Amino acid sequence: MALRSVLTRKTTLGLGLRGIQTFSLPDLPYDYGALEPAISGEIMQLHHHKHHQAYITNYNKALEQLEGALAKGDTTSIVKLQSAIKFNGGGHINHSIFWKNLTPVREGGGEPPHSSLGWAIDTNFGSLEALVQKINSEGAALQGSGWVWFGLDKESKKLVVETTANQDPLVTKGQHLVPLLGIDVWEHAYYLQYKNVRPDYLKNIWKVINWKYASEVYDKESK
Amino acid sequence: MGSFCYHTFPASSHLLVSDFSQGFKSPKLPYLSKQQERWFSRSQGASKVFAYYGLRAPPYKLDALEPYMSRRTLEKHWGGHHWNYVEGLNKQLEKNEVLYGCTMDELVKVTYNNGNPLPEFNNAAQVWNHDFFWDSMQPGGGDMPKLGVLQQIEKDFGSFTNFREKFVESALTLFGSGWVWLVLKREERRLAVIKTSNAVCPLVWDDIPIISLDMWEHAYYLDYKNDRGKYVNVFMNHLVSWNVATGRMARAEAFVNLGEPKIPIA
Repeated sequence: MALRSVLTRKTTLGLGLRGIQTFSLPDLPYDYGALEPAISGEIMQLHHHKHHQAYITNYNKALEQLEGALAKGDTTSIVKLQSAIKFNGGGHINHSIFWKNLTPVREGGGEPPHSSLGWAIDTNFGSLEALVQKINSEGAALQGSGWVWFGLDKESKKLVVETTANQDPLVTKGQHLVPLLGIDVWEHAYYLQYKNVRPDYLKNIWKVINWKYASEVYDKESK
Repeated sequence: MGSFCYHTFPASSHLLVSDFSQGFKSPKLPYLSKQQERWFSRSQGASKVFAYYGLRAPPYKLDALEPYMSRRTLEKHWGGHHWNYVEGLNKQLEKNEVLYGCTMDELVKVTYNNGNPLPEFNNAAQVWNHDFFWDSMQPGGGDMPKLGVLQQIEKDFGSFTNFREKFVESALTLFGSGWVWLVLKREERRLAVIKTSNAVCPLVWDDIPIISLDMWEHAYYLDYKNDRGKYVNVFMNHLVSWNVATGRMARAEAFVNLGEPKIPIA
């Protein structure tokens, strides 16, 4: 998968049977302040540099512990580590997608999708407005922390809107689901700027959504 | 407590603050979980009386917890989030004849529905949780519990330090949104630290909560950004009200035989 090459940098450490892959924070393809006023520079910096980094750090730590447990055949620990791997690894996956889902206005942020994805949206949802409306209402209704996704079901070729809790990746909702767009509705994604008014955040984020990226993924995965 | 007409309640949290700030010269306000309202039906000229839940104010001014929890956070958290839950709950109860009229505790347990929560659960539980949380803190809080509470903690955790470590660790390993609790478990008749997700609270398992800490990001983000560790430590050092915990333990002893009746609780 194309994403994996961006996410991983393989380094082999230690004398373990398997080399540990250490993951590192991907660079943002734009400045922290480039998404203003939809998303403030302060939020972008904290979100990327602190939150995403923390997921990666803890993911690496959990993987290291997993490697140790695997080497010893310690099933209890292997199983116990799964939730930390799912949470932190999921956080890494989701945020890596998220940064690509956003782009400054001057680089096409907010420009609606054309060609195949545009037609598919009209077919599946009636119109782009209807899709945005659905995503926003599901995102606003999500209790607690999670993500709202716009994805493609590779098997049925249908476009779907789904939500996942905490850092569960979209694939936990269906093994054939591929994320085209994900919007982080954890409070850390918007609180400093929008406080508790999540619907305002959801309304404004569309101004910097990178539909070009979503189209590329759609074209590739719908073949 | 200010009373307000349900239909013309101002949406601005700023008004809420000024409404309730008058009463805080007096000691802790009596618990009023339902506000009596008169609502006159225009078509019939008859008077209907509905009782709804009101937003109960914390037992201290909104800036009383500075610098550990800012006034701005209290305004947003209590005036925004907590208020939204109350309003949401009232709207749901308006349409629900079965649930209308329950006490708050009953409502939480019933809507939890043994693990298959009804739509009202989120609002009901979050109203309860936040009422409990504001009471769990006080200006000049922190420090150590005394007398019976301390003895019980030492009995069930080994030492206060052990308990504190466990509490902090639970808070920091909570994934997503949720709460950390010190509870008295009814069946096992001992204290325990538990963490719950989103709106769940130990009432649903019939346990007795003693203190709680809100680990939803909105509880600390304005003051501490992503530094959860600092927030949790500040709570333990400066905010948690062991006085309230003592009162709650005393009440709990009426329901749970802790087996050592000679402990002076209060």
